[in-house]
Amino acid sequence: MPQILMPALSPTMEEGKLAKWLVKVGDTVKSGDVLAEIETDKATMEVESVDEGVVKEILVEEGTEGVKVNTPIALVLGEGEEVGEGNRPAAQATSSDPEGQSAVPEAAAASVPAEPKAGGEAPKFVAQNDPDLPEGVEMVELTVRQALNEAMAEEMRSDANVFIMGEEVAEYQGAYKVTQGLLQEFGPQRVIDTPITEHGFAGLAVGAAFAGLKPIVEFMTWNFAMQAIDQIINSAAKQLYMSGGQVTAPMVFRGPNGAAARVAAQHSQDYSAWYSHVPGLTVIAPYSAADAKGLLKAAIRSPNPVVFLENEILYGSTGLVPKMDDFVLPIGKARIARKGADVTIVSFSMGMRYATQATEKLVAAGVDVELIDLRTLRPMDSDTVIESVKKTGRLVTVEEGWPQGGIGAELAARVMEQAFDYLDAPVLRVTGKDVPMPYAANLEKLALPNVDEVIAAVNAVTYRS
Amino acid sequence: MARKATATSAKTQPNVPQFTNEQDLDAFREMLLIRRFEEKAGQMYGMGLIGGFCHLYIGQEAVVTGITMASEKGKDAQITGYRDHGHMLVMGLDPKGVMAELTGRQGGLSKGKGGSMHMFSNEHRFYGGNGIVGAQVSLGAGLAFASKYTGDGSVSIAYFGDGAANQGQVYETFNMAKLWKLPVVFIIENNKYAMGTSIERAAATTDFSKRGASFDIPGEQVDGMDVRMVYDAAKRAIEHARSGNGPYILEMLTYRYRGHSMSDPAKYRSKDEVTKYRQERDPIEQVRARLIEGGVVTEEDLKKIETEIRAIVTEAADFATNDPEPDPSELWTDITIEA
Repeated sequence: MPQILMPALSPTMEEGKLAKWLVKVGDTVKSGDVLAEIETDKATMEVESVDEGVVKEILVEEGTEGVKVNTPIALVLGEGEEVGEGNRPAAQATSSDPEGQSAVPEAAAASVPAEPKAGGEAPKFVAQNDPDLPEGVEMVELTVRQALNEAMAEEMRSDANVFIMGEEVAEYQGAYKVTQGLLQEFGPQRVIDTPITEHGFAGLAVGAAFAGLKPIVEFMTWNFAMQAIDQIINSAAKQLYMSGGQVTAPMVFRGPNGAAARVAAQHSQDYSAWYSHVPGLTVIAPYSAADAKGLLKAAIRSPNPVVFLENEILYGSTGLVPKMDDFVLPIGKARIARKGADVTIVSFSMGMRYATQATEKLVAAGVDVELIDLRTLRPMDSDTVIESVKKTGRLVTVEEGWPQGGIGAELAARVMEQAFDYLDAPVLRVTGKDVPMPYAANLEKLALPNVDEVIAAVNAVTYRS
Repeated sequence: MARKATATSAKTQPNVPQFTNEQDLDAFREMLLIRRFEEKAGQMYGMGLIGGFCHLYIGQEAVVTGITMASEKGKDAQITGYRDHGHMLVMGLDPKGVMAELTGRQGGLSKGKGGSMHMFSNEHRFYGGNGIVGAQVSLGAGLAFASKYTGDGSVSIAYFGDGAANQGQVYETFNMAKLWKLPVVFIIENNKYAMGTSIERAAATTDFSKRGASFDIPGEQVDGMDVRMVYDAAKRAIEHARSGNGPYILEMLTYRYRGHSMSDPAKYRSKDEVTKYRQERDPIEQVRARLIEGGVVTEEDLKKIETEIRAIVTEAADFATNDPEPDPSELWTDITIEA
């Protein structure tokens, strides 16, 4: 390429001043030699030669202002090259030709991107239904803690690439005893105590997933994962996309999320909305023991990075779990906990406790509540919610997280977009209060949502007093 | 144990490991490919064909070339930060694919969705291409963890700069890597400037080879402008890691000729400093001089190699210029894998 073009120094530069020529006609130049200095209002930079040859012509004199990017500024011919039609600019591109259009070389012209076409439709996620349970299957009562423990143990038995790492997961048997017994069964190669270095071990686990392993990363609580959020989002969640589909991070980040009891602001926070914001992540927040087991098994098998949000207060609560060799639930499917016709309540995780207790009282009072447990927050099963709202005309959402930009806010937006005409009342959100979590017992209680607030919201949208 | 060499004193370095003629020719070829490729990328950036950030590797070619020559291609994993074009070329990724990724075209290594800082290859065991300063260090230890877990005998080579060497997660990773004896070699490419901040202004201690001292990780300072010194140190470090002795740190004393990125005029250092490196320490010129002085090849022979390299780069540039942009439908692909 014999023409030397006015370069752009930055993505936004359109023109600049050709401040100084450091070569003259007749000079021999080679790769890396500085040919000229150019200036913009921001910076001065050097134009280096990329090719070897002899300077045949200076096309733009030094001191010229307003030289457009891509204007030919000099002619450098290599050995055996001649000045000819092919390499002489069609027009002298100096400040007298401010557009410089005629001089844009073939290569640059070809680079002008076509008008962006519409990006097409976002793919619609269609979740599978829960599998039918075998007839007469035995149901056993398990705590959520046992259910999670069984899920991990079963998946570790069936896939040697699954391992768990985190603080106190091995010798201590888990800070909340969720990993109890795993060290004894699977040994220290697969059940790994880490130093207290969330950022480092989260990144290390992502790297191990790139190389084909299936890590389960336990955060003692999600509050501490703030140290690691860069690796979760920038490394794990975006990897598939920015590698054009080549490198994956099949892994689970799990641990207790949301408010615990009396541990105050830094240890009581709901990250549901934070992670559900991020494309590339799957986000699961189960309530029942059966969902905890079936969805954690699905999460471990998933080829995608999964954020699995548990709840400390729910670890000890019990539920019936089918006794099966392989009980796996579909990711991305909400569960209708109670069918009803008057009002839809949507919640997940700990919020379901308030919503369930409120539903019992409301049903007793004659309100036919439809109660939906989202279970998965991303992909979000809005179809189930929309269908319900089309039937009931009313929606109340319940979550422990803050109101602004929360899961309830997202549901309200989706319902407004897709079922506006079906609404008989504004959507109401019951959320944690918009404050850091206080320590004092009375204030903490006030900061969290409660059953009465759910009932009050249902009464408001059903216009009962 | 640690061999000391500084970039300015290396000319009189005793016991410089010798390269065979083939090794010198290989190194010359690889480094020249990086140099010419990066010069072309800089030119195409200037023409507006490449957007965003574009960090060139010019001046640092000996580092990745020497290390890759000392590693097992296709087996050992490598991971680096955003100054990644050279790593990919030496590891054998297609220059056309790299350049087309820079121009954001469908034939790019990441289908045009990653750009300069985000390219990967499972086949060549290159894991990026990482835009967050320091993130690749813990990711790289994770690659080593997988190697140890599966017992595949591979070593992970994690590159980062003098700037990243001050990040907290680097030390979290050093601790775990030593604690678990992970087969990882940390390469600190010390090019003296973290963007515009010199190491003296950013680091309490500027001998980065000692940064693993409190974890008992051995470290060496290496003349990163001499590909033979790089190769020799890398052989030692990789062997150390592969034999189960845990991590090793190599601080490469190197220099980038260009600014931090294309939009950096590099006013924070003197012209003399840059000129001195280019004229006295250039990694490619060192090999060229050896080849000629040793009578291994003639100027004509080297010219032939240069022509071949130029053809590869021109082909890559042409491809990257004419390849179409990704289909709009690509916007919605590769977000998650459908189970």
